[in-house]
Order: sequence, then structure tokens, then C-alpha cells
Amino acid sequence: MAPRVGVVLFPGSNCELDVLEAVRLLGGEGEILWHGDDALGGVDAVVVPGGFAHGDYLRPGAIARFSPVMGAVTKFAADGGPVVGICNGFQVLTEAGLLPGALQKNRGLKFVCGPAQLRVESDQSVLTSGVKSGTLLEVPINHFEGNYTCSPETLAQLRDEDRIVLRYVRNPNGSMDDIAGITNGGRNVVGLMPHPERATSELLGSTDGLLLLQSLLQAASGRVAA
Amino acid sequence: MTGRVAWRRLSRAAGAGTTSSLDDVTDAAIDPPIHRALGLTDAELDDIRAILGREPNHLELAMYAVMWSEHCSYKSSRLHLKRLPTTGEGVLVGPGENAGVMDVGDGIAAAIRIESHNHPSFIEPYQGAATGVGGILRDIFTMGARPIAVMDPLRFGPLSDARSRWVAEGVVSGISGYGNSVGVPTVGGEVVFDECYQGNPLVNVLCLGVLPTERLVLGAATGIGNLAVLLGSTTGRDGIGGVSVLASAGFDEADEAKRPSVQVGDPFEEKRLIEACLTLLDAGLVVGIQDLGGAGLTCAASETASRGGVGMDFDVAAVPRREKGMAPFEVMTSESQERMLAIVTPEGLDEVLRLCERWEVLATVVGRVTEPPADGQGRLRILDGFDGDVLADVPASSLHDAAPLYDRPRKEPADRAQRLAEQPAAPAATASIEAALLDLLCDTSWVSSQYDHQLFLNTVEGPGGDAVVLRLKHPTTGVDTGRGLALTTDGNHRWCAIDPRQGTAMTVAESVLNLACVGARPIAVVNCLNFGNPEHPEVMWQLSEAIDGMADACRALGLPVIGGNVSLYNESKGIDIDPTPVIGLLGVVDRLERRPPGVGLVAGHRVVLLGDDLQGSAPSLAGSSVAWSSGQKGGTLPPLDLATHSRVAELVRARVSEGRLSGVHDVSAGGLALALGELAVRSGIGVEIAGLPSSAHLFAESPSRVVACVAPDAVEALLAAAAAAGIAAVELGSAGGDRLAIRDTTGAPLVDLLLSDAVTTWRDRLPNALGEGVIQA
Repeated sequence: MAPRVGVVLFPGSNCELDVLEAVRLLGGEGEILWHGDDALGGVDAVVVPGGFAHGDYLRPGAIARFSPVMGAVTKFAADGGPVVGICNGFQVLTEAGLLPGALQKNRGLKFVCGPAQLRVESDQSVLTSGVKSGTLLEVPINHFEGNYTCSPETLAQLRDEDRIVLRYVRNPNGSMDDIAGITNGGRNVVGLMPHPERATSELLGSTDGLLLLQSLLQAASGRVAA
Repeated sequence: MTGRVAWRRLSRAAGAGTTSSLDDVTDAAIDPPIHRALGLTDAELDDIRAILGREPNHLELAMYAVMWSEHCSYKSSRLHLKRLPTTGEGVLVGPGENAGVMDVGDGIAAAIRIESHNHPSFIEPYQGAATGVGGILRDIFTMGARPIAVMDPLRFGPLSDARSRWVAEGVVSGISGYGNSVGVPTVGGEVVFDECYQGNPLVNVLCLGVLPTERLVLGAATGIGNLAVLLGSTTGRDGIGGVSVLASAGFDEADEAKRPSVQVGDPFEEKRLIEACLTLLDAGLVVGIQDLGGAGLTCAASETASRGGVGMDFDVAAVPRREKGMAPFEVMTSESQERMLAIVTPEGLDEVLRLCERWEVLATVVGRVTEPPADGQGRLRILDGFDGDVLADVPASSLHDAAPLYDRPRKEPADRAQRLAEQPAAPAATASIEAALLDLLCDTSWVSSQYDHQLFLNTVEGPGGDAVVLRLKHPTTGVDTGRGLALTTDGNHRWCAIDPRQGTAMTVAESVLNLACVGARPIAVVNCLNFGNPEHPEVMWQLSEAIDGMADACRALGLPVIGGNVSLYNESKGIDIDPTPVIGLLGVVDRLERRPPGVGLVAGHRVVLLGDDLQGSAPSLAGSSVAWSSGQKGGTLPPLDLATHSRVAELVRARVSEGRLSGVHDVSAGGLALALGELAVRSGIGVEIAGLPSSAHLFAESPSRVVACVAPDAVEALLAAAAAAGIAAVELGSAGGDRLAIRDTTGAPLVDLLLSDAVTTWRDRLPNALGEGVIQA
């Protein structure tokens, strides 16, 4: 049975259809999870997609964390369910406390859209399990607030516990320690600023995102089997 | 008295909280007459009196003033626009609706429109540009289409001017801030700097949407008893009279006072509005729908009613407001953003309200469709409550169809013959040729990297290339057709200043060649005609000539013009901008199997010029970038032959789609020099060219030419194919190395630059001028 991936839709989200397309391309089943619902309908994995949830009012993710669906996502994550936040989704997951730290405005104070080279730093997460550490990937970035920051203690912990899963080869936004993506202690929740769904076809310029999303579907399949 | 003061006076006359009904006909003859201050002439007031058979009251006067403004009525240009060809294969909707629509096969239609937001963007760059994006998106989803791409042709004053830099930064941030957030990718456009835009920048915006062909809806109200539901934002005092204050007059010293006429955008409101409207359309709940843009509710109510051949009772008291004490004329003419007017059946209303609530979109019944009287002229009645006083009562269609139509005086510039006889010269010394070439190089990624240009996973060729290529997927099923849509926007004020007729034809031709370079065949044109003050006879002559040039080129190339926008009064302190018709061209890639080769070189490959063999006498430099920057603004444009042009475009399109070229770039502004320079700097591969007869050959902007990069063993076949098609061609040299070297027929260098120096100049120009950091407004 194909794994079912739920993609959370807040008012203002805009990458939900792109994530669904990528999931289906890899043989998964994708469905939309409406932000106002407080249940996940038994999906095997959750993606919080990019966009501007609730208009990014106040600050990105600050209102989205109060949407009813986030209670269900938090519980799903606590039960070990695979959860990935992409771009605005990463911001939502930090605001919701599922991942440490925060994303602040890019150092250049400009929106940045374009290709970014990433290095996989750890294969110990639901998004990187199928990619060897050290692998270089080309995946687009597209954000204004992608400059990751956290306390020195948290950074030390992330390093010690091998929880920095992706780093930029050339830092585009001032992100602390070149961080592009991190995971939680359980390694089942990952947040990243780059958009793997945008690197899924030669026509679009890269297929490297498929490697990451394939890992997520693998983790979701594990839930199906379980 | 400025227009803005007039609108304030109307406001005072309306009185705080009081409403003027038809019974207390107001004195329109107070001194100076308020109609004049609102932008209506005495003759236009007489027309209104004749239509109504009485004196208009203030509310009615305000409604006619906005609807009969240049911006809404096209009263100076309509007569001439009729000469454009508007029909052809695949045209589903031509000019006159909110957007043009083409059948692009597989049950998919493409809706496209281009607009200007020039004046607001000079006054308030961030919001002016942002609301321009918002407005064009509404035009597209009004047709039932999901907007999938935005393009922004931008023209600013020179980078050396501080105000122009401020305008440029603000405009780009506004497009980025609104466009990214609203969730529609901005896939390309143009960025041009020239002195003529210093006091009047051009901020044009094009939007493309796709819809299932069967879902096409028009902005018409039908069905007596159906309801008009206002969707989206509350109505405030922002943008009152914007179409007449800002868009239909030039700039003077008092322009800062016009700032309140610029609206403020809210992309999150717009995003929810898009989703709500498309949901309503999917559910079949909408009879007709119309966006609220210029002239606000007055325009939406009267247009839907007159298109449907019906009347409408409009309850102004029901309109949700964001400010207290607004007079009816303020509510009816406000240009508050992010609003739509949907016509729905009474039975469907509950479901409409439910779906809107889900998307957190305010929905309020504000009107009822009424039966037209026996004479067939549906009335638009503005009521204070459906059962309350009648505040205005006019034939709905009179606000559009009865709008004045002017054949304004036209006159060729007095010095035209003298200007045409001039002969601009090209730089001759190697150092000045190199300086001229470096001066032309400008990487626009400073702009495009601030735009999300990849959303929806369609962008195969994005900003910076000759044209944009998007995958064509079915808008509701998501099924990939294996085909693509291609888009380009082009304008050249230098060519059009020299000769508006041929310059416009050359612009259309350039667009066609741009599409050919990405393997696309053109199917439809939209245009944005940016001109000066139509009350200047020379400007009306330019406009009329440009329209004829566009008509000639479109007929010769078999292209229908399916929509357009006319922006007049682009002047500052009495000086008109150079005529700047901007062409938006939509095309189709029949088999999208690979990315187009793009603007670049492959080391070891050969460089071939198609469309020219560099024989014969030195070409004219008239209208070229190099002539312009040295102050030589006269001469006669190099000749354009549209039949030859078609053959060149077809050869290039075929070679690109067959995957036979490793790099390609059309020769346009900047001539062969810039084409070669861009091929080199964009790929980081040097180039060695020999046999140029003169530096004029490097900088002339003769049309119908393309530079191609091909593998050495493919040169012969390419030249043979060109010969077979009757196209001149010549092998120029080879790609590779670390120099940008161009030699003349004797082997002497015309250009010999280190590629790395050229790359640095190209890459750093905009960041150096505009700075790394841009603060959001």
C-alpha cells in the first residue's frame, strides 16, 4: 500500500500543490490537511509546506502554531510520526516548539530565490536517511526569513547530537553555522529552508530533491507496515 | 485646483454623515465648477445632462468622472485601437474583457493581460508596484483562471539619479513583497534605465493564468433577481478618484499631494480571495464575476449590469467600510484593493457565504439584478438601503458606452525630416568600443532573485533568458501535457522615438524571435501602450503610428492582439516620455522534452550568426543603445522585412526544438556586441570572433538576427539549412578561452577584454548601484 502523506494547508500557504505533485511522482498518496481540522485522518507522514501561513502576520509561523491542526501534528510527532517542515513550514515548526531555534530575516535584508548547494551532514533523520553524509545536493531556496539562529547551548547540543542534517556550501542568508536544516531529538521531525519539491525534474534543473523526499516516503512506508 | 482638492471638496459638500438624495439636486455650478475639477469638460457635463435629462447630483457626477476618465474610458485611444487585428485561430476572448483568453489545447485555456501602474509607483514605489500586481491577478482569476505567472517590464530613470534608485528599489521590493506572498511566481520581465523615465517610471505588469476551457466566465450579470455579492476587503477612503487624479494626468510640482490616491495592498487578503473565488467557480456557484480595480464599485456594478443587458439596484449602505463617515460617492469610487463582485443566484447564496467563511473572506450582498425598462437600458440605481432613498439613477451602460470618444489632433514632429537624415556614428578606437560594450552589460538577477520565480513547478526557463518557458499542466487535474507555454515582454523606446511605426513593428518582431530562441511558436499578443500627454499632438501622432506599426507586424506574422492597456499622461513637468509600447507575447512549445539551450556558450563549439552575413555597407546605428548613450538620437532605423523575419524565427525555433543548438541569443538592444557579451558572461566561456567589417556592425540593432552556438560538426548543416531557407548566415568564430575577443577583417582587435573583467562589470552593476540591503517599506 502506498504511504499517505498529509500536506497541511493554512490560509496563505502556497507550496501545498507542489509538495503533493512531488509525493505523487514518487508513488506516494498525497492529501491536504485543512488547518482548521484537529485530526490528521490517519496519514503516515506530515509535510508543513512553504508559503505565508496566515500572511506571516506578526512573524512567520507565529499565528499558524495556534491553528487546530498543529495540536494534532504535535501529537503525531510525539508518537514518532515523520514530520517535515519546508521553508515557511520550518518556521511554523520552530514557532510550535517542535524544533529549536528561530528563523530571522536574511542578512542581506532581501528575499532570495535561486539554486543553493547543500551538503548532507547526517543521514540520521526521516528526510536524509537515504542519502550518504557528505553528499552534495542542488536544491532551490526561496525565502526572506531563512537566517537560522539559536542559543550557543542549543547550537552545541545540535552539533553534539548530530542533528544538523543539511548545511549550505555557500551561506546565502547569514544562517548560523551555515545551517539549512535540522532535526529533533527523535529524528522524526525535520525542518529545512530549501525546497526539495522544486528539485524533482530535469526540466526544472535538478532532481536532487527526490533523494530527500524518497527518504520521507520510506519513513512513511515504515508507518504503513507498522 | 488639483483633482485631489476637488475630491476633498466633494467630500465636504456631501457632509459628514448626511446623504444627498435625488431630490436635493446639488448645485454643480459653484465656482469653479466642480465637474471641471473632477476632470470632466463642459461638453462632457452637457452629455451627462442629456443622458439623464436633468442635472446630475454630486454622486452621479463622481461616478461619471471616474468612468469617463482617460484611464477607464480610453477616450483618446479607442478610435485608433480599432485598427488592431483581434481575431484568429484559438482566440476565445479578445480585447474588452478583463483578460484575453486563448485555447491552448488539451481542454486548457490561457488568460493573459498586461497593465501599467506607472504613476502610483512614482509617488509610492512599494505600494504602487504591489497593488499593480494585485490588480492584474484579479483580472486573471475574474476569468476563472488560476494565475500561474507574473512578468514585470520595468523602466526607471538612470542609476546615477538618487530618486530613480529609490523608485527602483521600492518597486522591486513591492513586487517581491506582494507577489511572493500572494503565491504567484514572478517569472521574468525587463529592467531598463533611461533619462526619459526619470520623472515618470514605467511599471508594467503582465499576468498569465490557466483554466479548464469549460470554466470560462465573463464579467456579466444575468438573471433578474440574482444577487451581487461583494467579496474581500472592506472599503476605505484609499484611492478615491485614483483613475482621474493619478492615472489620467501628468506630474507637476504638487505630486507629493497625490500620495493619498495610492492604495495599500494586502497580499494575504488577495491570496484568500483567489482561493475563495476559484472554489466558488469550481462549485459552479458564480453566474458572473468582476474584479474591483480603477473606479471601484461604480465600475464593477455598471460593467456587470451593462454586459448582461440588465439593471442593478446597489445598496451603498450595505458595503462594509473600514472608516466611519464615508459619503456614498466615496464608497462608490474608492479603489480599496482586494475586492471582487460576484453575481450569484439567491438559492446558491448560503453555500457562497459558507465557502467564503472557510477562507476567511468577507462576503456581503450589496446588489440585485433588475429588469431593464422597456427601452432596454438597464438602470444602475444607488440606494441608501434596498428600500431607502435613491441616491443616484443612471443608465448602467452610459457609464461605458456613452463615454466620450476623441479624435485628438495629431502632428508629426516638426524636426522629423531633419532627425531622420542624421547618421549616428559608432565608437572607433578599441578602448572606446570596449568601454561601450562594458557599459551595456547588466545582470538583472539583483531584481529577479528577489522574486519567487519557481512556484508551481512550471518554470523550465526563468528570468534572464530570451523568453520564459513554463510547463503546461491541466489546472484542475494537474496532468502534464508534455507541452509548454512561453512568454516574453519587450519594449524599445529608442526605436520608437526614432520611428514609432517601425519601432513598434520591430518590437513585435523581437518578441517573436525571443520565443523562437526557446523553441516556441507565437500565438497571441497583448500590449501596454505607455505614452505621454495625448493633448500634445506629437504624442497622439506617436500613439497612432505605433498602433499602425503593431497592426502591420501582427497581420504579417499572423498574430491576434487579444488585450491591451493604454497608459497616457506619462510626462513630467511638461516633458513626455519617449513612446514606449510594450509587447507581451504568448507562445506554445509543442513538445517540451528538454530545456532550451539558453543564453550561453559551450567551449570548443562554433559561433554562427543567422539572419545576416555582415556583407554590404555599414548598417544604420539609429535608435541603437550606443548611439543613444552618446547623445545621437536621430537617423533612420535599419530596415525590417517581416517575411524574412518569419523565416529566421522558424529556422531558429525548429533548430531549438530539435535540440541542435548548444546556445542561442537574439540580437537586439546592444547589437551583436551585447549578444556576444551576454552569451560569454552568462556561461563564463570566452569567445573569439573574427572578420567584423566595422564597429558599426557590432553595435547596430538591425532586426531578424540570432547568434547560435553549435558543435563544430554541425556548422555545415546549420549554414545549409539557413541557405535553403533563404537566410543569410555567417560563421563568426569559436567559443572558449578566457577572453572576449573580436577582430576586424584585417585581424586587428576591435575588442579584447578579459572575460573575468566583463563578468565582474556585468554582475556588480546593479548591486553596486542599488546596494545589497533593501529595507521593506
